[in-house]
Amino acid sequence: MVRFENVGMRYGTGPEVLRDITLRLDAGSFHFLTGPSGAGKTSLLRLIALAERPSRGLVSLFGEDLSRVTRAALSPLRRKIGIVFQDFRLIPHLSAFDNVALPLRVAGVTENKLRDNVREMLEWVGLADKLDAKPSTLSGGQQQRVAIARAVVARPKLLVADEPTGNVDDAMALRLMRLFEELNKLGTTLIIATHNAALARGFGRPVLHLENGELAAAAATRAAS
Amino acid sequence: MSTPDLAIPFGRDGSSRFLPALTLLMVFLAGLALAAVMDLERALARWDESLTGTLTVELPAATGPTDKSLDAALAVLHAAPGVKSAAPIDSATTMKLIEPWLGTSLSPADLELPRLIDVRLDPGRHTDVAALRTQLGTAVPGATLDDHQLWLDRLARFARSAELTAIAILVLIGGVAVISVSFATRTGLAVHRDTIELLHLMGARDAYVARQFERQALRLALIGGAIGLVLAAAALLALSQATNAAAFLGDSVTLLPALHLRGWNWAVLAVLPVVAGLVAMATARLTVLTTLRRLP
Repeated sequence: MVRFENVGMRYGTGPEVLRDITLRLDAGSFHFLTGPSGAGKTSLLRLIALAERPSRGLVSLFGEDLSRVTRAALSPLRRKIGIVFQDFRLIPHLSAFDNVALPLRVAGVTENKLRDNVREMLEWVGLADKLDAKPSTLSGGQQQRVAIARAVVARPKLLVADEPTGNVDDAMALRLMRLFEELNKLGTTLIIATHNAALARGFGRPVLHLENGELAAAAATRAAS
Repeated sequence: MSTPDLAIPFGRDGSSRFLPALTLLMVFLAGLALAAVMDLERALARWDESLTGTLTVELPAATGPTDKSLDAALAVLHAAPGVKSAAPIDSATTMKLIEPWLGTSLSPADLELPRLIDVRLDPGRHTDVAALRTQLGTAVPGATLDDHQLWLDRLARFARSAELTAIAILVLIGGVAVISVSFATRTGLAVHRDTIELLHLMGARDAYVARQFERQALRLALIGGAIGLVLAAAALLALSQATNAAAFLGDSVTLLPALHLRGWNWAVLAVLPVVAGLVAMATARLTVLTTLRRLP
């Protein structure tokens, strides 16, 4: 599903924020990505979500070597990826329904076809009664659930979540994590970034740990040599 | 629930206020410039029509009651092919023509006035003006023939210069409109950067995002353009009334021709907001597509 080999990344002409990243996420897997603030978690997730291009190394997504994919061909690949942001990134003037419907509309799905799908997603996250609610009228937990519904409404093969529990209380964090587990059971590959190592350990899933732009295993190897 | 094309909250950025005001001004100025171009074309055609097909023969002042030069000139003119009529301008009319410069205290006897003959040509037949001039010169020494070509040429040059100036103004207005819409679109792209990135990451093609900006630009330009057109029409009507009133001030001669726009002129002006809308739409699309190309 996702394969990185010796990937490096820098923003503009700045220093490398990711160095020698080698990882593999198999289809249907569920990984946590941990590390302190500034370790490069968001940058790595942005690479996986096709928001950035690597400055070196090989990135392969859904079996496609990204160095050989044209810019125009990235749009269909992006539609196979759902993204959940720490700050929700809901569009403030749109209702919960319209926020969730957005990926389907972007993909050209007709209004008739998307209606039931969107309602079903909002029902799944427990917000069936908030279809017309604007984000500003929802609590942090409710906004994040709308964001999760939006990320999965187009049935992505891969879900990338950047600190999805960062702005909600512990009870809501647990509830959101259960939603992610359900998704994974349905076959979606997940990678969730969190600075909460205890939360990651509590779910017994593989953990990728980033320190100073390097994955822990790579950093350990470098320290030993 | 809203329609699919309202993802970008355009109502929250300054371009929503800036663009209609800008288009209003552009369409207003373009309307005046275009009206000037169209009216100059009409005026030029009218001058050409009124002066082509007429000649003026000027004979030296009569030397005495037995002077037969007028008859001789008329005989040459009546015999020339293509001449429809040739009528001497009487001294009272000649006096009226020079009255603005010399006043009314003089009589024709006080002045050695040249005698004028108004010649009308048959538009269906060819008249050899050069040959006619030679014949007149032979029959009446000192006679001159004026076909108004010099006056017409100067008038045409002036009108063409004014027309070119108006066209240059139109082109400038178009250029300024394109640059302004481009800047407004770039501002919009910067203001809505997060939403645009979100759409981009959802797999939206550049054309999808561009379409939202295009429609917004079209809508705002049409609103501003429509108001600009109404203001331009009001200004033109007022100008038309003012020039018409000036043209009918008794017998006085006015240099300013009366502004008179015909039905099709108004129809062309009515298209201006649509043109402004399409220019804004195309500019917005091009700007968005160029900018988004920088995204991965």
